[in-house]
Amino acid sequence: MDLTLPLLHWDMFLKGVLVTLQLTAIAVAIGFMIAMPCAIIRAERPGSLADRLVRAYVYFFRGTPLLVQTYLFYYGLAQFDFIRNSFAWIFLREAWWCAVIAFSLNSGAYATEILRGALATIPRGQTEAAEALGLSRWQTRLLIQIPLALRNALPQYGNEIVFMLHGSVVASVITIQDILGAGRTLNAKYYVAYEGFISAAILYMAITFTLVGIFRLIEKRYLGYLHVRSDNRRTPAVAAADR
Amino acid sequence: MKKILVASALAALVSGAAQAADLRICVEGAYPPFSATSPSGELIGFDIDITNALCDEMGKECELVQTEWDGIIPALLERKCDAIIASMSITEERRKTIDFTDKYYQTPAVFVAAEGAGIPDTAEGLADKVVGVQRGTIHHDYMTGEFPDVELRLYGTQEEANLDLQAGRVDAVLADSVTLDDGFLKTPAGEGFAIFGEPRTDETYFGVGAGIGVRKEDTELRDALSAAIAAIRENGVYDEISSGYFDFDVYGD
Repeated sequence: MDLTLPLLHWDMFLKGVLVTLQLTAIAVAIGFMIAMPCAIIRAERPGSLADRLVRAYVYFFRGTPLLVQTYLFYYGLAQFDFIRNSFAWIFLREAWWCAVIAFSLNSGAYATEILRGALATIPRGQTEAAEALGLSRWQTRLLIQIPLALRNALPQYGNEIVFMLHGSVVASVITIQDILGAGRTLNAKYYVAYEGFISAAILYMAITFTLVGIFRLIEKRYLGYLHVRSDNRRTPAVAAADR
Repeated sequence: MKKILVASALAALVSGAAQAADLRICVEGAYPPFSATSPSGELIGFDIDITNALCDEMGKECELVQTEWDGIIPALLERKCDAIIASMSITEERRKTIDFTDKYYQTPAVFVAAEGAGIPDTAEGLADKVVGVQRGTIHHDYMTGEFPDVELRLYGTQEEANLDLQAGRVDAVLADSVTLDDGFLKTPAGEGFAIFGEPRTDETYFGVGAGIGVRKEDTELRDALSAAIAAIRENGVYDEISSGYFDFDVYGD
């Protein structure tokens, strides 16, 4: 194994890292914007027509592999003349946009279920208290329910972002030079199997641990109240309860 | 008794088709008409027929191992197979890693674009165009070496590159003349597309034809395969196979 090869092509990997980070960030951001209204519909209007549409969307994107979805957008839609002649082709022509669309819809579907679950766990009393204070329906949503739901969803949402990061390797099969694409090109250039993949694995691992670390800090900040304080600060009552 | 039966059935399942074969041959299966996968999942094509003919000639039992192109040399080196019969051009670059038999065919590379696109085949003419090639091929090397200003798109298989040419995502593709002609231009998908520019044969990039790749230490196998190629050239089996695919001499001169 020759680990000087990836160092020789560090610029290719650096570009790959930027592409991967951009794709993941955009997909998660758009996914969130899709998921928030969908989750509210799922939580507040179960059984309505809108709820059924959202469920169909979630069902499709959670029920099929991301690779298949990306292929459908990239190679599948390109088969139809009316799509190639339409306005949408400006975007669908580019591998980048196909990946962004597929990844965002995929992330949105998973996030919808995460946020719906988080909304459902908000104690009824919180909403009742908001009503009692005379807050309107929208004020209750924006000031009480959504902030609480986001807080509850933090650990799971962190996982979803890591999954999206790992799922973004799919981009390399539709000609996008992401981290895995750089690794594959290195392998193909020198007829090797490990060097490119090991380099890619190390980079993905580094990004993942950074993400996990960031989320741990955010959780500490917003979910800190859930943790028992350290020993020396324990009140006698808590210490007794522990035994 | 029952236990023994179950155990042997399990053993048969686990070892599967891997046992028995004398030689394992890496093939690609996504490079028509040389190597393709039929709708029923069978491997077909010129490479496959030549493989079978060579194995018959040597009196060996061969097993085909379908392998992704960009992992095919590592597969050979890691002993997932003993030889590569996948239209691989014999180049100096590859000779640093593996060894080759004599060639078993030789065809030039060509550019293909939409009919009447009027793209010149020079470095300047292609400078602002997007060209698709299969990753890790001689065509990939040639484009990076001779056309540094062209925007390259890299594909896992030639079929995907052709799909994107059809969709208009790339302006042109560069690949082997026969695979483009038979595998694309002569099919309904290739309608409205045509070869442009000169055929490419530059030996530094394109080598001296397609050979069978073997590990460097397997000189005996290399010589046996070379002898088998000569033998089927001699006894008419080669011509019989190639006439089923091509109306010209695919062996080259």
